[in-house]
Amino acid sequence: MATSDSTATPDPSPRPQAGGGSPAFAVAVPSPLHVLYWSVRRELWENRFLYFVPLIVAALILSGFALGGIHPQFAHTTGSPPRTEQMTVTPLDQASLSLMLCYVIIGVIYCLGALYNERSDRSILFWKSLPVSDVTSVIAKACIPVVILPLIIFAVIVITQGIMVLAASAALFGRHVSGSALWAGTPLLPMWAATLYHLLAVHGLYYAPIYGWLLLASAWARRAPILWASLPVAAVLIIERLVFHTSAFAHLLLSRLGGGPAAIKFPPPVDMPMRPGFADLGAFLASPGLWIGLVIFALFLAAAVRVRRYQGPI
Amino acid sequence: MSVIEANGLRKAFGTTVALDGIDLRVEEGRILGLIGPNGAGKSTAINAILGLTPHQGRLRVLGSDPWAARDHLMRDVAFIADVAVLPRWLRVSQALDYVAGVHPRFDRAKAESFIAKTTIERHSRVRELSKGMVTQLHLALVMAIDARLLVLDEPTLGLDILYRKQFYDALLNDYFDHRRTILLTTHQVEEIQNVLTDFMFIHHGRIVLTCSMEDFEARYAEVTVHPERLAAARGLEPLHERQVFGRSTLLFERVDRGQLQQFGDVRTPSIADVFVAVIGGPSTAARAGGG
Repeated sequence: MATSDSTATPDPSPRPQAGGGSPAFAVAVPSPLHVLYWSVRRELWENRFLYFVPLIVAALILSGFALGGIHPQFAHTTGSPPRTEQMTVTPLDQASLSLMLCYVIIGVIYCLGALYNERSDRSILFWKSLPVSDVTSVIAKACIPVVILPLIIFAVIVITQGIMVLAASAALFGRHVSGSALWAGTPLLPMWAATLYHLLAVHGLYYAPIYGWLLLASAWARRAPILWASLPVAAVLIIERLVFHTSAFAHLLLSRLGGGPAAIKFPPPVDMPMRPGFADLGAFLASPGLWIGLVIFALFLAAAVRVRRYQGPI
Repeated sequence: MSVIEANGLRKAFGTTVALDGIDLRVEEGRILGLIGPNGAGKSTAINAILGLTPHQGRLRVLGSDPWAARDHLMRDVAFIADVAVLPRWLRVSQALDYVAGVHPRFDRAKAESFIAKTTIERHSRVRELSKGMVTQLHLALVMAIDARLLVLDEPTLGLDILYRKQFYDALLNDYFDHRRTILLTTHQVEEIQNVLTDFMFIHHGRIVLTCSMEDFEARYAEVTVHPERLAAARGLEPLHERQVFGRSTLLFERVDRGQLQQFGDVRTPSIADVFVAVIGGPSTAARAGGG
């Protein structure tokens, strides 16, 4: 490289890259959605517990159902058809509730690690060496609890409940009893539609500000993001109690966790199975609680983007 | 247009000044080594150039402010921090998929052919690879990016000598051409002397010396002087003097080599020797050169 032979110098025009084909500067830039898609896939590669844990929970539910559930539950169905619905609904709802609880737990664990782990393993330097903005990275991470987890949990609920109903039919068939009463009393498709609505509306959208807060704590914390997430909340609760002798913030949090207008009634009314319904879709979309929550979610995400921009490895 | 242009680049962490008004200009096609002791400000300078940290003063990388436009800049800039930044859970095939998905200038076939030359398995996770293999993987990813500026911050840290040699060979033979620019920092100054076109000493947040390798030979000369001629040689105001096997070796700056010939064999010093002379001050006679 030190040779400076003037006669041997080739013309200075940019030459085509070997193997590359296209010259520099004229490259098709992937669309933001394309980059977001790969960023979400990246999250799923890293956090395999997002689908492994629900599958394990489903396996436990099914083995519990197989070991103890099928026989006593469906033994009564021959004699008293009116009780069929209640009998079959209960284990199905237990399955769906267990998986929803599982959603809440892995959603919290995911959010607390999402913007912390990449700093503690220094991989943030690798991610930031690629043309992916902090906005795209944070949105991809926020998509997991709000969009991806409801779909994963929904798919696992459908598979689990489907297997349960098939197993129950097989058990009835084995006893030479027709399963038609069982199928008639179990409106699977409306139930699944309502489940998907509940997962997206309550666990996704209505809980979104909670995920936003956890993501912000995860971006901010230099250690123990769980403390950064919980201590400020505890501080506000205690200070409000001591200074104003009120508990408005506690009520606010409880009503948020309660799920708002689209929530499942708990405990369920005696005459109704504990099951999500569409009845209040309009009320849900019109409720200020939803929109205020989404605005707070957006503010937390914007703060998380800003914090991630300044943060390096820890 | 210069690839990197900084005027009065400054960065302080609280009361600690990491960069104290740096002026710097890197032209296309250069391989610049940023050399300095620990805590001199090398990594801070690199972080500012990569848009990883805010800064004061004017800084332009490929014409744009890196802090304001990191994600756009990273289409034209590739970066290897050190061996530990590829996430341990990542599979080799996932790394290829992801970079191909988000990077417009990534040539996947090229990366695959680099990997094919190594013993790295496609389905392996980073945690299953040795340190050297992780570096090979990272280098394969980066060398398949048609970047205009490549930044390497201690890229060979913790690697054994065989990998370090391979690393720089691959960099020069398979990657570098005169359209690209490389900026690198390392502690192993001796290994990069033949790689660089320019180097820069940085100390206490300031640039102490900037020199191109073309100028280096003309500028610096080193002579091991016969003891009886030592007084005369010292009269020419050497930059630095050190003892090697009981003989004095004197380092001169901008002294005619013909004039020095009378004292002994005149050699071009290593960058490490000049580094010790410039940064280490005059009282470091005990430290012998790398040879």
